[in-house]
Amino acid sequence: MDRIPINRIELQMQSKGENVSFARIAIAALASQLDITLNDLEEIKVATSEAVSNAIIHGYQNKTEYMVKVIGTLYEDELILEIIDEGVGIADIKQAMQPAFTSDPERMGLGFVFMQSFMDKVEVESKTNCGTKVILHKNIGSAGAAKKAVS
Amino acid sequence: MTFTLRRKNRTLIIYLTGELDLVKANEFRETVDNTMEEMMAKNLIIDLSSVNFIDSSGLGVILGRFRKISAKEGQVVLVGLNSNVRRILELSGILSFIPVCTDETDAWELFEKNVI
Repeated sequence: MDRIPINRIELQMQSKGENVSFARIAIAALASQLDITLNDLEEIKVATSEAVSNAIIHGYQNKTEYMVKVIGTLYEDELILEIIDEGVGIADIKQAMQPAFTSDPERMGLGFVFMQSFMDKVEVESKTNCGTKVILHKNIGSAGAAKKAVS
Repeated sequence: MTFTLRRKNRTLIIYLTGELDLVKANEFRETVDNTMEEMMAKNLIIDLSSVNFIDSSGLGVILGRFRKISAKEGQVVLVGLNSNVRRILELSGILSFIPVCTDETDAWELFEKNVI
């Protein structure tokens, strides 16, 4: 049987750097509806920031007229985030997820590393010239902590 | 995020307040690069004690300044990291080559030791 979410939000924002903090704050407010540690909250904020920044920088190549969609679904033991763009896509997902893989000397190529370090599961679906969907899972709350301990 | 700048000899000290993410990283880059060029500065002290959030865009701009300044034989020192910021910086590996001081006095001592 499908799990019933406690809450769900769907945000659509222009692909502007200014909106990264907006996404981060909205997702933190959603996650805070469960009993969550400050540490987990910080980790969710960093992962959200990385995924939305990637959509803007890489997906839309810093062009600001497109839209990034962020869907947050909160269950009693888990937060699932979907960050979706309709940009250039990722030709080689495996390579893009390697540490220090970046095409820009001013960047560290750590976006996916942080997402993987701070979230419990990271999934990436992408098609060249169609876009990218990043799905981030985080076990949270007391039920989530128990789930984490078992796994 | 706000930036406050101070100059001392050939060193620029920048005090950051708030969240260092994608949009703020771009402002930071522009501010530091322009000011260092104008004052012909050699070294940079970045005071992060009032920064409560940083992501890889923030790290990237610090790394970029480090590369640029090191290429001209200058030094970059980070000052005052809170636990959240320190954790991100440690995970990135950036602290293995950019020195961190607890406060500005320590940073000046480090500069003197290195005879800059």
